[in-house]
Amino acid sequence: MARAAASNLETSAPKTKLSGRARREAIEGYLFIAPWLVGFVAFTGGPFVASFFMSFTDWNILSTPSWVGFDNYIDIFSEDPIFWTSVRVTALYTLFALPLKLVAGLGLSLLLNMKLRGIGIYRTIFYLPAVISGVAVSMMWMWIFSKDYGLLNAALGPLGIDPVGWLQDPRYTLGALIFMSLWTVGASTIIFLAGLQNIPNELYEAATIDGAGAVTKFRRVTLPMLSPTIFFLLVIGVIDSFQTFTQAYVITGGGPMRATYFYMLHLYNEAFGQLHMGYGAALAWILASVILVFTALIFKSSPLWVYYEGQREAR
Amino acid sequence: MTVSRSRRFSSRTARERRTKILGHLALILLSAVFMMPLVWAVTTSLKSLDQVFAIPPQWIPHPAEWGNYIRLFEVAPFARFFLNSLVLVLFNVLGQVLAVSLVAFGFSRLRFPGRNVLFILMLSTLMLPYYVTLIPTFVLFNFFGWIDTYLPLIVPAFTGSSFLIFLVRQYMMTLPLQLDDAARIDGCNNLQLYWHVILPLSAPALTVVVVFTVVDVWNDFFGPLIYLSDTQNYTLSLGLVLLQGQRETDWPLLMAATVISIIPLLILYFFAQKQLIGGIASVGIKG
Repeated sequence: MARAAASNLETSAPKTKLSGRARREAIEGYLFIAPWLVGFVAFTGGPFVASFFMSFTDWNILSTPSWVGFDNYIDIFSEDPIFWTSVRVTALYTLFALPLKLVAGLGLSLLLNMKLRGIGIYRTIFYLPAVISGVAVSMMWMWIFSKDYGLLNAALGPLGIDPVGWLQDPRYTLGALIFMSLWTVGASTIIFLAGLQNIPNELYEAATIDGAGAVTKFRRVTLPMLSPTIFFLLVIGVIDSFQTFTQAYVITGGGPMRATYFYMLHLYNEAFGQLHMGYGAALAWILASVILVFTALIFKSSPLWVYYEGQREAR
Repeated sequence: MTVSRSRRFSSRTARERRTKILGHLALILLSAVFMMPLVWAVTTSLKSLDQVFAIPPQWIPHPAEWGNYIRLFEVAPFARFFLNSLVLVLFNVLGQVLAVSLVAFGFSRLRFPGRNVLFILMLSTLMLPYYVTLIPTFVLFNFFGWIDTYLPLIVPAFTGSSFLIFLVRQYMMTLPLQLDDAARIDGCNNLQLYWHVILPLSAPALTVVVVFTVVDVWNDFFGPLIYLSDTQNYTLSLGLVLLQGQRETDWPLLMAATVISIIPLLILYFFAQKQLIGGIASVGIKG
């Protein structure tokens, strides 16, 4: 490394005196980033490699690990029906919650982008739920979904709808969790709003001169200009949604009848409930691969629908 | 001609006004819907059990049952949970601010071979899902004998979050390099430059670090769930789940606990809304 430092400097300045100073700067540079380097080795890079190897072992943390080749993977795919249940639950949830969240976030951001008095207060209100995530939110919604005295059924009662067992009836539980996820739409709304505010006003003025109405402006100006934002939120959203855990753990525990048995619940139960460390690591790698494939697909598809301002001149 | 133009003009302002009124109406309605779970939690926490099960539901409990908030501290060591969460937050904030600012300084102000490669490596870890490293990290902490202590939940903070390092590094890049030259002419070494010049100037970015860390650590459930087992060590989020398991239908008590656990976040939100929203927005622009 020292040699690399020296060769770097050959082009810049007189050798002898500066290379000493540069070397000191390099050493100090490494010292400054040392916390991250240590963290990388101990908590990111190291465990990343270790988990790959662990996924080929049978290990309950107390005994010594034994190498089992692809057995974990084979078991997961062929002899673990709960795995497939958890995949189905997670996929269904993502399929509905993510598009709903994107549409709701976009709609809300359009409203919040209006030039209205007190708009700051509205923004404060919609973003608040995104800050108090975690167990507290789950508790609140458990109470809202309560069958006999919950707020939701109390609101539906006057419409002639009998009390629904939102958390007891397997037909509705996943839907209830999807509905609840809309409450924290504020985070994506804020990102949409930032995207909206980056759209130059001239584009709208030009569209107006060309006689475009509100709908045409939205379709021809707003949506293309927001497509990088949508792209970003889609990628983040898939990653986020695939690792749903807290709501399911706290509110339903994966039930009833595994109707909300998310993938991460399966991973948690295998690794930390049964101490199947190797099996859990294999589950983690499968999830990571699936997410990678989805992310790659979204990236691959992006030239078809994502519009980047910087590329306009290039074409 | 002038008449028709002014008429057209006035019909346009009328339409604009109509749009504005509709906008306000939609936003007020949606705001009410969005605030409802929170308001409902607060009112429930002030009800007696009889009032909770009243139909139709009461929005303003009369009389208000403040006793729930006292009962809460009697049935479970809730003060302890609160304090535990606070301790975790304090150490995490300290660790992140220190590590993030040091590393960001190294990446933005100093030249060393391999800097760009390491920086790209750091960015690529942002894509790495946490559950892939989760199990070996658990095994590592188990090997250290750190299970059921706060160390697994604190020590990683002192290595800095890659995302926050990136955020602060981007901010530090905007500070002019002439500052460094001037400081060095005045005889500052790099540590002094970091401490006396760059750190104070990075306060806005570091505020974002503090706010994000507080929210993340306060809300964290998975970490405490897998690392803590003794009830005395529980954080608020674990305490809430514990309470829920013990008193399944005592909704006033459960909501009192919920309200208590989010009050610090509400206070933080009140004071640091700009940093929170700005931070989120900058995440989006990055993409």
